[in-house]
Amino acid sequence: MRPQMTPRGVRASDPALRGRLRADKAFMGGMLAISMIAVLPLVLILLFIIIRGASSINWQFLTELPKPMGEAGGGISNAIVGTVILIIVASVISMPLGILSGIFLSESGKSGLGRVTRLSVETLMGVPSIVIGIVAYVWVVRPMGHFSALSGGVALAMIMLPVITLSTEETLLLIPMSLREAALALGVSYPRTVLKVILPAGASGVITGALLGVARAAGETAPLLFTSFGSPYMVLDILKPMASLPQTIYFYATSPYPAWQTLAWGASFVLLVLVLVLNLLTKLVTSRWKTQF
Amino acid sequence: MEDSVLTAEETILETRDLTAGFDGKDVVHGVSLAVPKWKVTAIMGPSGCGKTTFMRCINRMHELAPNAQVSGEVLLDGQDVYHINPIELRRRIGMVFQRPNPFPTMSIYNNVVAGYTLNGARMDRTDRDQIVEETLRRTTLWDEVKDALYRRGSFLSGGQQQRLCIARALAMKPEILLLDEPTSALDPKSTAAIEELIVSLKGSVTIVQVTHNIPQAARISDYTAFIHLGELVEFGPTNKLFTVPKDKRTEEYLSGKFG
Amino acid sequence: MPIAQIDDLKTRLVTYARLVEDMIGQCRSALVNRTPDVLSDVVQKEEPRANEFEVEIEEECTSLIAQHQPMAKELRTILMVGSMTNDLERMADHAVNIAEAALECIGLSASPAEGNLLRLFDETLGMVDSAVRSFIESDAALALQVCEADGGVDRLARDILERMSASMTQDPFTIEQSLCILKIAGNLERIADLSTNIGEDVIYMTEGRVIKHHREEEQ
Repeated sequence: MRPQMTPRGVRASDPALRGRLRADKAFMGGMLAISMIAVLPLVLILLFIIIRGASSINWQFLTELPKPMGEAGGGISNAIVGTVILIIVASVISMPLGILSGIFLSESGKSGLGRVTRLSVETLMGVPSIVIGIVAYVWVVRPMGHFSALSGGVALAMIMLPVITLSTEETLLLIPMSLREAALALGVSYPRTVLKVILPAGASGVITGALLGVARAAGETAPLLFTSFGSPYMVLDILKPMASLPQTIYFYATSPYPAWQTLAWGASFVLLVLVLVLNLLTKLVTSRWKTQF
Repeated sequence: MEDSVLTAEETILETRDLTAGFDGKDVVHGVSLAVPKWKVTAIMGPSGCGKTTFMRCINRMHELAPNAQVSGEVLLDGQDVYHINPIELRRRIGMVFQRPNPFPTMSIYNNVVAGYTLNGARMDRTDRDQIVEETLRRTTLWDEVKDALYRRGSFLSGGQQQRLCIARALAMKPEILLLDEPTSALDPKSTAAIEELIVSLKGSVTIVQVTHNIPQAARISDYTAFIHLGELVEFGPTNKLFTVPKDKRTEEYLSGKFG
Repeated sequence: MPIAQIDDLKTRLVTYARLVEDMIGQCRSALVNRTPDVLSDVVQKEEPRANEFEVEIEEECTSLIAQHQPMAKELRTILMVGSMTNDLERMADHAVNIAEAALECIGLSASPAEGNLLRLFDETLGMVDSAVRSFIESDAALALQVCEADGGVDRLARDILERMSASMTQDPFTIEQSLCILKIAGNLERIADLSTNIGEDVIYMTEGRVIKHHREEEQ
């Protein structure tokens, strides 16, 4: 018996069909419910932070240094500047390395050295960030004798590196062989082909990878605790300890002073906005600049 | 009685006992062929017969494939191409592929001169403009794109993109142009336009074209080579090969008995 | 292209050829038996049928070429079938001329069916038959024989011409009959010529050799 099509959907006259449609709806409903539950934590976090933190945001907050303990007011300008500087240092170290190794992996990924490289990079990706922090401590802080933004940058670079490398490799592997052949057939040497044809064609993917790396590094706290350490002052010298948003949040949230705790909420809000903006930027880059083949 | 054997002056490229393949397995077996200068030579045969592999040995693209092997000689104007720097060689022997592949991040203008700019050649603006206009006129693209030279090449239709790829190869002023089934991905109108283009190039460029489109080979080529299972079965002037082929296998292929 | 279509075309040509052969044969028996009805049939019934055949076959050749873009032997076959159709049509025309001349001859007193003319008929019919068989069997050697037999037919025809010339000078009353005979002989000679054309076409079809100019040089 054929079900009749009605404006509200199929009205089944066959009982077996009716049973199946009910099961169908139940399943869809269940999936929707579970998805809502998965989204819930994110929504709750966002709400929480917005409620607690948004109220602290004002011009003062963003441009002043923190006040000494106990005093009300103050701002997180040094943390914001510090995060930016740390990211710049980390990027300067990790991006060239990451992109070049990504190129290497995409071209020779199957060779012996390629497989070893990939294994190393994937392992590094899984190393807990605090362990990376300790490594940076041993490599940079100890020899220098004091904390510094440089060591923080090194730690963040190690966190960013695998993300950039693997993302670059993935992007370049997607570029069709025909493009390489087109360049090679014109008598272009291999290195030039990679640099002037392949890389530009994969630019959006590479940039996306870089932005993702930055987004990940911007929020890392543990490694910074014993590398860049933090500072109540506005510091611009990378050889000195420097404040940063995640570290500030940690320090001030665990402090007994309500004024500082408020700063922590505000800083959380700012950090959240930063990460969100980076993710949106990534999506923008992908949609506007993606090369069509 | 027409002789299909070419004289030395007429020959621009010669292969001697060329054998090539992958992973220890040969797909081209001892092909010895003389390609006449400034004419269109079609290389036809059923799918998988080795004709593309053969052609890619000419500009040494074959050796870029993993586990590729090749033996025998390929002589360009008497010089063994395997003793010439492959990068140099590929500037003298251009190639156009089955699927149009203009550089997607470059404008039409830059695509045409890509062979120069990617190689770091310094040219002033007027020289570049001249090459672009000359080459686009030669490939009958000029009127269609002259107002959109700085737009990306990927906005063109398939047939136009392929003509752009031919222009890109021609801009290098190659001695030989290798075409790998250049119209198999195009609609009939674009195919006709490109066939016209190829015919117009006779007399100034030597063209070798791989095709499995028998009527196309018959229409545009002066000489045809028939390759089957990696061997050169027959080679001769097109009008003779298509009316009175000497080998039974050629006859059967032309009658559509296998393909 | 599918073999069936070429075979079909060849069959049609053979049917056409046999019809034309028949027309000539009937003229011969009508002369011997003095049956004018047969001759009228040749002119009025057989010739239109022959013309139909010709048009049909020509159209089929054209559409096969357009649709299948044949090459090599298939192409030569189709083109030669077209050429042979043309030759057969002219043969049919000559057969009609023979029938009309024979109709005149029969009305006269003496029998025009004299020895040499009948021999000429037989030789010519032999050539036509061989030509058609060489096509059916793709036999280039047989086709070559047809081309070479033309010499014999020419000699016979010349012979008849001399005899009739002598006869006309000697006895003016035989002029009408002699002219009849000469007309028939002339047409038979041209039919034989056309058979050699068919032979040459068969050789090109099977072997791709063109022998037309050689033959002219030999003669």
